[in-house]
Amino acid sequence: MYDTIIIGAGMSGLAAGIRLAHYEQRVCVLEKHYTIGGLNSFYRLNGRDYDVGLHAITNFTPKGAHKGPLARLLRQLRFSWEEFSLSPQLGSVIAFPEVRLRFGNDFELFRSEVEGAFPGQKENLRKLLDRIVDYDDLNDEMFQQSTRQILAEIITEPLLIEMILCPCMWYGNGREDDMDFGQFCIMFRSIFLEGLARPLAGVRLILKKLIRKFRELGGELKLRSGVDHIHVEEGRAVGVVLENGEQLAARQIISSAGHLETMRLCDDVTQVDPALAGQLSFVEAISVLDKQPSEIGYNDTLVFFNDSDKFTWHKPEALCDVRTGVICSPNNFDYGPDEPGLPEGLIRTTAMANFDRWQELSDEQYHLQKLRWYEAMNESATRFVPDYRRHIIDQDTFTPRTIRRFTWHDNGAVYGAPQKQLDGGTHLSNLFLCGTDQGFVGIVGSMISGIAMANRCLRASG
Amino acid sequence: MTREDIREVIIDILSDIAPDEDLSDIKDDVSFREQLELDSMDFLDIVMELRKRYRVQIPEEDYSHLASMASTVAYLEPRMKDLEKV
Repeated sequence: MYDTIIIGAGMSGLAAGIRLAHYEQRVCVLEKHYTIGGLNSFYRLNGRDYDVGLHAITNFTPKGAHKGPLARLLRQLRFSWEEFSLSPQLGSVIAFPEVRLRFGNDFELFRSEVEGAFPGQKENLRKLLDRIVDYDDLNDEMFQQSTRQILAEIITEPLLIEMILCPCMWYGNGREDDMDFGQFCIMFRSIFLEGLARPLAGVRLILKKLIRKFRELGGELKLRSGVDHIHVEEGRAVGVVLENGEQLAARQIISSAGHLETMRLCDDVTQVDPALAGQLSFVEAISVLDKQPSEIGYNDTLVFFNDSDKFTWHKPEALCDVRTGVICSPNNFDYGPDEPGLPEGLIRTTAMANFDRWQELSDEQYHLQKLRWYEAMNESATRFVPDYRRHIIDQDTFTPRTIRRFTWHDNGAVYGAPQKQLDGGTHLSNLFLCGTDQGFVGIVGSMISGIAMANRCLRASG
Repeated sequence: MTREDIREVIIDILSDIAPDEDLSDIKDDVSFREQLELDSMDFLDIVMELRKRYRVQIPEEDYSHLASMASTVAYLEPRMKDLEKV
């Protein structure tokens, strides 16, 4: 009998596991895939390491900061600031056809860029900041207000609204077209007011730290252990049955499988509405270059681009929509003077994709389309950054199908369902949700989600 | 445990929760929230660490007694005076 079973060995599940194991619970984390990480994972191909998910960690605050999600999660998981080896970004850009706005980990850069490009909006940007800083993350009522409506009341230059929305939606919006104001505030703070960073070794470094700590505390991890169903008796979850038939009993269950996905696992739930699932999935192309990006004049960490003055955030009709995207170079972080950095140049480009269209392709078509859209993404991206294409020596592309395999989310939805379950509760008193569908996204956000749900369980056990 | 022992226990717990913090000059009558910027998650940790280390149960309605070092020690003294320090 476990005190807690956690479904999913991603950032949120592992963080929850560490908290509970630290307080002497008997905890088992079950992972369907053959590796840990969920959306933020890694793999090896042709002798090279690749990351899935993570471009940069948002919510970066420097050592010594007391406030903010990063400081909070380090305290809660008993990590020192140094352990995640976070190196700050060099600087990023929001690039639209006529205007570029640079931003870094010091908000003053973004403020002066906005003032330079939109002189009349100085006071309005200040008003927006007041709204964001005042905002309390977990006020349910305000959370779902329309961001587009609120921004239109504050900012009188439509292009600036689109430019602010572009990175905030790209990095954490599970809703099409508009965005929950609560989610917007979280993303704005995490990107612009806190900042971006990355460990040199990528996401695997953080995952390794998490899994080591979890095991040291006596936690159990079972890979290739998909849950067939959650067994419910008299209104309580009593345990799970794995796909291989093994039965595990637990006093409580925390699931990072997603809201709908978790409901579907419960053997007392006869039907769920698939229309509630998220629709937004991505393709990502990773190009390995024979030069460092800086050697071809590319020094930005991230470029959020959009090729018109109107930013569209919607599932495409076609396999992909490359009109907007994110370009990231993991080389372009400040790893410090003593650190040689990454041995090869890397450029990652991300575009929107339609899960159903990718899912229905034959294997042959799938490979052809991956190549076709790899070319299309690079063509689109090089309108905004120096043309890196003749330096490409290797590449890989992952699609909504890959994301589905790593996360098991319906539709390969990167940011989960549009409707968040902020309190993490379900129809069962001892079944909780954590991860994207509870409401926090990003590396730091998902760990905070796991911590918050573990704390809820700890409080309940007192 | 004496009041001084209990104070040391709390310092030890705080140094676990906030390892980067200098706790040597902590003021007993100023709130933890103000001095160390602790939030509600951190207060849960003080409660849980006391439970883990000394099996002291603190009900949720009593969390407000843990505001400062002075109030924490005063609250814990009757509950911990018969325990041995580890």
